[in-house]
Amino acid sequence: MNTLELTGITMVFNQGGANEVTALDGIDLSVAPGEFISLIGPSGCGKSTLLRLVGDLLSPTSGTAQVNSKTPHQARLDRDYGMVFQSATLLEWRRIAENVELPLEVMGVAKAQREATAREMLELVQLEKFSDHYPWQLSGGMQQRVAIARALSFKPSILLMDEPFGALDEMTRERMQMELLRIWEETNTTIVFVTHSIPEAVFLSTRVVVMSPRPGQISDVIDIDLPQPRVFETREDTRFFELLTKVRESLRKVEGEEPGA
Amino acid sequence: MRNRRVRTVFSFVGILATLVLLWEGYKAMGAATGGTWPFTDVELPIRTNERSMPHVWDIVSTLFSEAQRGRDELLVTVLLKAALFTFRSALIGFTVGSLVGFGLGVLFVRSGLAERGLMPYVVASQTVPVLAIAPILVVWSGRLDLPIWVPVGAISAYLAFYPVAISTLRGLRSPEATSSELMRSYAATPNQVLFKLQIPAAMPYLFPALKVAATASIIGAIVGELPAGIREGLGRAILSFASSFSSAPEKLFASVLVASLLGIVFVALVTLVERLTIPAGNRLDPNELAMAGQGGAA
Ligand SMILES: Nc1ncnc2c1ncn2[C@@H]1O[C@H](COP(=O)(O)OP(=O)(O)OP(=O)(O)O)[C@@H](O)[C@H]1O
Ligand SMILES: [Mg+2]
Repeated sequence: MNTLELTGITMVFNQGGANEVTALDGIDLSVAPGEFISLIGPSGCGKSTLLRLVGDLLSPTSGTAQVNSKTPHQARLDRDYGMVFQSATLLEWRRIAENVELPLEVMGVAKAQREATAREMLELVQLEKFSDHYPWQLSGGMQQRVAIARALSFKPSILLMDEPFGALDEMTRERMQMELLRIWEETNTTIVFVTHSIPEAVFLSTRVVVMSPRPGQISDVIDIDLPQPRVFETREDTRFFELLTKVRESLRKVEGEEPGA
Repeated sequence: MRNRRVRTVFSFVGILATLVLLWEGYKAMGAATGGTWPFTDVELPIRTNERSMPHVWDIVSTLFSEAQRGRDELLVTVLLKAALFTFRSALIGFTVGSLVGFGLGVLFVRSGLAERGLMPYVVASQTVPVLAIAPILVVWSGRLDLPIWVPVGAISAYLAFYPVAISTLRGLRSPEATSSELMRSYAATPNQVLFKLQIPAAMPYLFPALKVAATASIIGAIVGELPAGIREGLGRAILSFASSFSSAPEKLFASVLVASLLGIVFVALVTLVERLTIPAGNRLDPNELAMAGQGGAA
């Protein structure tokens, strides 16, 4: 059973209107449990749209999506997804631990259990010392780790991440990547990860999905056969560089189709 | 924190002293030039004689003289009692008005239909002069044998609900789209979204509106007292001192002082509640908001 099964997904915004946009056209993609999939492609090629379709924040114009053999809608009601966006979007009036507890609160988990889980999740992202702080007292990178802890708190089977490290500096970003891989191994989650960074996609993923714009299509799927677990030295591996080149060329083809883009 | 409080007190006293100096300076200038701008024949816009602009010390001393010949109650006592009476009506109006305003905000954020249907009336309600509404409400509630504080409270609420409704709606809509999407991904019910996301997010917007509502409710109560024929409140006091303005102008100024004092106290009470309710980082205060922004900018 695949975690994700997309067949012939097409997404048209403002259909019939003057500003009609075909954001996605004929997307087929299968993702096995425990995979780490990165979506990469030029701006506007529909990466976020695809992620939002999977997460039932949008409904496709045509085609079917199956998540854990259910409709995305049912999967959302079953709380199968954790979501992380580019900005942490923590609730300013809640302390860090309370932010992590938010999904559990919504799901009706008892207080003692919530607190224990929040503590565990904050340990996972190494922020247990900050549980009583308010979001504005934390740096951007720390806030993003809280957002990840919050997304993991209810143990979703799929993590949907839209450029989660996009706003972070290079050093923080590499540290967060290691942390995410560690969490991925520990929790056995399936991850769909949107990024603009080729090294990030190659370093993290089991497969990289390259997308092309206007209309958004999958132009290439590249297997990342680097050994697991990924370690700091992985980035110095010759195979790592080969794969970087492969993804880069695939992306160049995509962008090459678009003169002047 | 301590330091800031000291500075607040200093700036308050400083501004008060400046106002007094400006007032007395203007009077002195008028006295020196015979009522014109210096070195010109252009008359000053406001006359500087004792009738138009009594001395500050005359206003203050009239506060501490007997209110009426033969009665040994001081004017300040009379005015403070009147202020307390008006405050009670204003508090009713403020409470009712804020609840109605908040309820409308919640209704509008829940139902676009209600917003489109009712919002024009909400806006229109504020363009109707309260001076016209007040006697109508008094007459209506007289017919219904309602106690007299009902129409006065209603007039006060009429002015108070509007800023609260508008700001509540704005605040309930203030969470980022991604926050709403997160709630959606947790399969939160509309009520959970309201109580866990929208209402807390609206709090920083609500309190500034409550401060506006506090002062508006006082105006409403004062205006409402007049057609209601209430003799105990500030409305009556202001009216009667206005009619004797030419003989005893300092009394009208004194009652204006007490009325504004009432406003300040009311707003200070709301601010106190705000301080206790909202953590410093999340208050809609320019300084602190800038700090929060720096922390939040990733
Ligand atoms: N709600 C919407 N209404 C109309 N058009 C939309 C909407 N959301 C996305 N689009 C359009 O769909 C296309 C794909 O957008 P999407 O945000 O998925 O791109 P993206 O690959 O995530 O881009 P980026 O890398 O810049 O984040 C764009 O042309 C965009 O203008
Ligand atoms: Mg995007």
